[in-house]
Amino acid sequence: MTALTPVLSSRWAEPRSWTLETYESGGGYVALAKALKSAPADVIRVVKDSGLRGRGGAGFATAAKWGYLPPDDGGPRYLVVNADESEPGTCKDVPLLMASPHLLLEGLVIAAYATGVRQAFIYLRGEVVHVHRRLLQALDEARAKGYLGRNILGSGLDLEVTLHAGAGAYICGEETALLSSLEGYRGQPRLRPPYPAVSGLYSRPTIINNVETIASLPGILGRGAAWFASMGTRDAKGHAFFSLSGHVNRPGQYEAPFGITLRELIQAAGGMRPGRRLKFWTPGGSSSELLTVKHLDVPLDHESVGAVGSQLGTRGIQVFDDTACVVRAVARWTDFYRHESCGKCTPCREGTFWLTQVLDRIEKGKGTRADLDRLLETCTSIRGRSLCALGDGATMTIVSSLEHFKAEYAAHIDGHGCPFDPRQTALFSSPGAKEADA
Amino acid sequence: MTVKQEWAMTPPTVTAIIDGIRVTVPPGTLIIRAAESIGIEIPRFCDHPLLEPAGACRQCLVEIAEPGPDGKLRPYLKPQTSCSMVLTEGMVVRTQVTSKVAERAQRGIMELLLINHPLDCPVCDKGGECPLQNQAMTTGQADSRFTEAKRTFEKPLTLSTEILLDRERCILCQRCTRFSDQISGDPFIELQERGARSQVGAFDPEVLDFDGYAPTGLAAEDESGRPFSSYFSGNTIQICPVGALTSAGYRFRARPFDLVASPSIAGHDSSGSAIAIEHRRGKVLRVLAGNDPEVNEEWITDKDRFAFPWSSLDDRITRPLVRGEDGELREATWPEALARAADGLREAVSGARSKGVGVLPGGRVTLEDAYAYQKFARVVLGTNDVDARSRIAGDEEEAFLGSRVAGSGLGVTFADLEAAPVVALIGFEPEDEGGVVFLRLRKARGRQKVFTFAPFVSRGNAKLDATLVPTVPGLEGAALDSIRRGSGTVGDVFDGLSQEGAVLVVGERLAGVPGGFTAAVALADRTGARLAWIPRRAGERGAVEAGALPGLLPGGSSAQSAEAREGVARVWGVSGLPLAPGRAAYDILGLASSGGLSGLVVGGLTLSDLPKTLANGIAKAPFLVSLEVRLSDVTAHADVVFPVAPSSEKAGTFVNWEGRLRPFTAALQTSALSDHRVLDMLAREMGVTLGTPTVEAVTAELARIPIDDSLRPPPPSASGPSAAEAARRAKATTLATWHALIDQGSLQDGEPFLAGTARVPVARMSPATVAALGIEGRVLKVSGPGRGTISLPLAVTPGMVDGVVWLPMNSPGSTVARTLGVAHGDTVSVKGSES
Repeated sequence: MTALTPVLSSRWAEPRSWTLETYESGGGYVALAKALKSAPADVIRVVKDSGLRGRGGAGFATAAKWGYLPPDDGGPRYLVVNADESEPGTCKDVPLLMASPHLLLEGLVIAAYATGVRQAFIYLRGEVVHVHRRLLQALDEARAKGYLGRNILGSGLDLEVTLHAGAGAYICGEETALLSSLEGYRGQPRLRPPYPAVSGLYSRPTIINNVETIASLPGILGRGAAWFASMGTRDAKGHAFFSLSGHVNRPGQYEAPFGITLRELIQAAGGMRPGRRLKFWTPGGSSSELLTVKHLDVPLDHESVGAVGSQLGTRGIQVFDDTACVVRAVARWTDFYRHESCGKCTPCREGTFWLTQVLDRIEKGKGTRADLDRLLETCTSIRGRSLCALGDGATMTIVSSLEHFKAEYAAHIDGHGCPFDPRQTALFSSPGAKEADA
Repeated sequence: MTVKQEWAMTPPTVTAIIDGIRVTVPPGTLIIRAAESIGIEIPRFCDHPLLEPAGACRQCLVEIAEPGPDGKLRPYLKPQTSCSMVLTEGMVVRTQVTSKVAERAQRGIMELLLINHPLDCPVCDKGGECPLQNQAMTTGQADSRFTEAKRTFEKPLTLSTEILLDRERCILCQRCTRFSDQISGDPFIELQERGARSQVGAFDPEVLDFDGYAPTGLAAEDESGRPFSSYFSGNTIQICPVGALTSAGYRFRARPFDLVASPSIAGHDSSGSAIAIEHRRGKVLRVLAGNDPEVNEEWITDKDRFAFPWSSLDDRITRPLVRGEDGELREATWPEALARAADGLREAVSGARSKGVGVLPGGRVTLEDAYAYQKFARVVLGTNDVDARSRIAGDEEEAFLGSRVAGSGLGVTFADLEAAPVVALIGFEPEDEGGVVFLRLRKARGRQKVFTFAPFVSRGNAKLDATLVPTVPGLEGAALDSIRRGSGTVGDVFDGLSQEGAVLVVGERLAGVPGGFTAAVALADRTGARLAWIPRRAGERGAVEAGALPGLLPGGSSAQSAEAREGVARVWGVSGLPLAPGRAAYDILGLASSGGLSGLVVGGLTLSDLPKTLANGIAKAPFLVSLEVRLSDVTAHADVVFPVAPSSEKAGTFVNWEGRLRPFTAALQTSALSDHRVLDMLAREMGVTLGTPTVEAVTAELARIPIDDSLRPPPPSASGPSAAEAARRAKATTLATWHALIDQGSLQDGEPFLAGTARVPVARMSPATVAALGIEGRVLKVSGPGRGTISLPLAVTPGMVDGVVWLPMNSPGSTVARTLGVAHGDTVSVKGSES
C-alpha cells in the first residue's frame, strides 16, 4: 500500500490557510531565503538532482527546460506560470491556489532567481475570479513583506509579478497560444521553432511552467533534492496531485508519490459507489486514452501509463462505474474539443466539428456501422496532423473507447438508442428527483 | 590557398534528399520551395511565398527524417508542414509522391477542408482557377462521406464597397488577413470567433455581437465608412485560394476559362507594375497583378486593379470629330479630319499673324507617343514648346531631370529601395503617390529608417514608422539645406543619408518649390546618398527619356546645345532644330490664355488638375487639335479631335521611375490608333515624314539618338525663398496638398465601388493652429486668392507643423487647383464653420 504524501496540500485544513501569516507560521519563505543565499546555478543543480518533471501534462524535466534558455544577453527574459487549468477532469491548480497561493509565489521567486528573470507573469484561467482575488491579495502581502519587488530579502534580486486573467479559452493552456493571448493577440498556437525558451513572450527568451511545478520548488529547496527524489519511481520522482472525480465516494485531490495505483487511490477515496464496479477511467484528463478495470494496478507514472497505451498527463483521473455509457461520455468530451478548438488549423477545426455530429448521431441511435469506421478514419486524419496537441487530445478517448468498448457502440446502433439510464449515472440524482422525473 | 578562396567565394548551400532526388538549395529554403525546384508540387493553401509561414491549413504535410548529432537519420514522429520547415543538410523528405503517410495525411486534410465547403464550383467566380478545386481534383476523393448539414453564413459580407466575402467558401487559410497585416499594413480584417465558427471579418458589430463604441480616431475619420478601406485590398481577392473574396465589379460577371489574359503594364502610376488584362469578346472584365519579382512582386494597387472601366464608357470617341460651321463637333472621316487639322496647324504655324503652336502630350503617354509628340513639335511645328508635365514644372526641375535622370538608365531600383538602410522622402507620399513603392518600403520596415520631409506623418508614412522632419510646404529646400549644414533638428538625417546605400526620394511636388531640386542635389552630393525621382504619372519618365520637355532633346542632351541639336537633326534627317528656348506646360497654357499662341496640340490632359486661369488657355487657343480617348473638357473646345487608344488597346513602352523599360502589347485588338501613329499621319498630311508609324520604328530611331553626357544641361542652381519671404510665410497659413491615390482622377471614372474605398476628404490642421486662429466648428473653409472656397470636415492633427493646412488635391469636395487656384506651398486663408 502506497502512502499518501501531502506536501503542497499539507496545510490546506488550517484556518485561513491562504494568508501570509499562516504560510509563514508553517515555515513559508524559509526555502526562498535559503535559495537566495546560494548561487543560481546551485539552485538549478538542486532542481536537477531532485528529478522534478513538469506537472502540466508533458512531464518534461524542469531543470532541462530552464537549460534551453540562451545565455543572458542583457535583455529581458520572462517566466510565465501557466495557471489556465481547463482540461476536463483536471482540478488541482485551482484548489492549490485557493488554499496556498504563497506556495506558488515562493516557488516563483526561487525559479526567477535561478533563471535570471526579473519579470514574471501568472496567466490565470479567467473564469476563476475567486482565485484571481486570492492571488491579488497574496501578491499584495508578498510585496508588503519584501518577498516581491526590489531587492528581495536583501539579496539584490528584483522581481515583478503580473497577474493576467485569460478570457476562458482551453487553447490558451497551450504554451504558445498562452503567449499570444498574453501579448494581446488571438489565443492561437504559434509555429515552433522558434521555441519559447529562445523567442517567446514579446520575442524574448521565456520559460513557461505549470503552477504545481513551481509550487513544488519551495519543498525541494527547503528539504533537499534527496528528500524529493526519495518519493516516486525511478524516472518520475516526487509527489504529485492525483485529482479524482466521478463515481468514487470522496472525490478530491490526493497527493501521492508517482507509482501509486488507481486501486490504491480509489481506496483512499472511499471506494466506488456502493454496489458499483469500475468501468473506465482517464489517467490524465480527457486528452488521454481511456483505461479500464484491467489497468487498476498500473503504477501511475509517465512510463508505466505510456506502456499500456495511455498518458499520465495532468493526472486528472475521471472514474466511471458500470452505470456510465461510454458513448455518452466520449460525445461530451468531443463536444468540449469542438467548442474549444481555436480554429487555426484544419484538422482540429473541421475534424472536431464532424466527430461531434457523428457521435451525437450514434448516441441517439441513428448511427450506422459505417459511422464507426468514419470516426476512426477522421481521428486518423486529425491525430498527429494538427498544429498543436489539442487536436490530438480530441481523438484519444474516441479511439481508445472504440478499442475497449466497440460492442457498446454497436449496441447503440443496433438497438437504435442508448441502453443506459443516465439518471443512474448522475451523481446528483436522488429518489426524490426520480419521482419528479417520472 | 586558392582552393580555400574558391570555397569562400561559393555561396553556402544545403543538400538534402526529397523523394529520392538530391536537391541543393541556399540555406533557409523552405521544404515546399525546395521541392518545387525539382518539380515536386506539394499541395498547399495557406502557404504564399511572400507571406510568413502560418502552418494553418496543414495541407502540405510531408514525412521528414533529419540526421542527429551522431549522423544517424532520425524520423520525425508526426508528418510536418513543408511550408514552415526549412530544409537542412542531410534531411530526407518524403512527400505524397513516395510516402503513404504523407499521402494519407494530405487526403485527410483535403476531406476535412471540403466537409464545410459548399462545393458550389459551378456558380463560383473562382471555379476554373481555384486552388481548392484543382487540388481537390488531384488529391481529393471523388465522393463525400459527409452527410451532415454544412456550416452556412449569411452571404455576402460587405467588407468594403469593393470587397465582398462569402464566408461559407472560406477555408480560413488566413492569406487575406496576413496580407493585410504583413504587406499592406491595413489590418481591418481579422479572424473572429473560434473553432468551427471561425470566420474572417471586418469590424462588424453584428458578427462580434458588439454593442458599444465605434472605431475612433484615424480609423473613423479616414475611411469610407467601412473599415476595410485599403489601397491594396484587391490583392486579397487574388491570393484567396477559394472563391470567398470577390470584387463588386467582377462578381458574377464571367468564368475564368472564358477570359483571355493579356500581360500588360499598369498605367496608373510610375511604378510600371506587371498586370494581366483579362477580357472576353473585346471587353475587359478584370485586371490581375502580374508576377514580377523585380518590380511589383505579386501586388498592385486597387487603382491598377479596378480602375479600367473609364476607357469603355459611353463618352468613348471612336471616330474623328471636326467642328462644323455651326460651332458643334460632328463625326468626320479620317481624311477629312486630317486635312482640317493640317490646314489649321499650317495656318497657325506659318500664317501671317502666326504666334506659334504649343504641344501638351500629357503625363500618361508611352515612350513612343512622347517621342512622336516632341518630334512633331520640333520638326513639323518648329517649336520647342512641348512639355509632357501637365503640372507645376519649371526650369529647375528640367535642369535636374536633364543632368541627373534623362538617359541615366536603370538607377535606384525597387530592390535598392528595399535594401536601403535609410530612405528620405521629399515631396513624396509613397502610399498615395507611389503605389507599390509603398509596399516595398513597408517590406523593409524594421531594417530601414524612413524620414519624411512633410508637414505631418500621413497614415501611409505612419505605417512605414517614418520619422517626421517637420517641413513647411514650399520651404522643403530650406529644410534640406539645414540638414546639409548640420543644423537640422533631426540630427540623424545627415548621418543616415551618409550610410552606404541610403536613398533620397524626390517627388513631383518638389518642382513647385523654388530651390528644392538644387537643395536635394546638394544634400545627395554631400552625403553620398543616391537620388531617385519618383513622379506620379506613368508617362513622365518616358517623356523625359523621349525629350518631350522644352529644354531636353531625346537622350537627355540640352536643346540649347548646338552640338546636341546637330546630332539629333542628323538622325532625323532634317536641316536643323528650332533654336528658341521652349516653355514649360504651365507657361504654354498661360501664354495661350492671354492670346499669345495661335494653336495647341493636346494629348491626355485633364483640366480639373489645372487652375482656372490656365485651363482658360485651352478655350482661348485659336486652333486646337485634341488626341483623346474620351470626350473631355479639352475636346469640348477642340477644332479637330482624333480618337486614340487607351493603353489596353495599343502597344508601347512605359519607362518606370527606376528607368526600367516596361514594354507591352495591345490586350484588345481594336481599330484605335496610338498617338504616335496619328501624329505620323498628321505630319504626312502636312508634308513631313515623322517616321513614327509603329513602335518598332520609334524604337529603332531612339536607338540611333546619340547620348553624350557632356551635352547635358547644367545641374539645377536656384535659390529658395528669401529670408523675408520665409518670414512672411511663417506668419501666413500655408497649404499642403497632394493627390490621394483614390480620388476624382478621370481614369477612375465608371468604378463607383473603387471610389467608395477612397478616404474621406478632410482638412488637417495642428491643434495649436486651430487655437491660434480661433477656428470654431467642425468644418474648415479654405479659400485662396480667387473666389472659390473648399469646405471639408476639420481633422485636428496632433504633431502637424503649425501654420499649415492640408487638403486632398482632387477629391470629392476638394479640387484645390480648380476651386482655389493655388498649389502646394501657397498661402490660403481659413475659417471655421459648423457646416
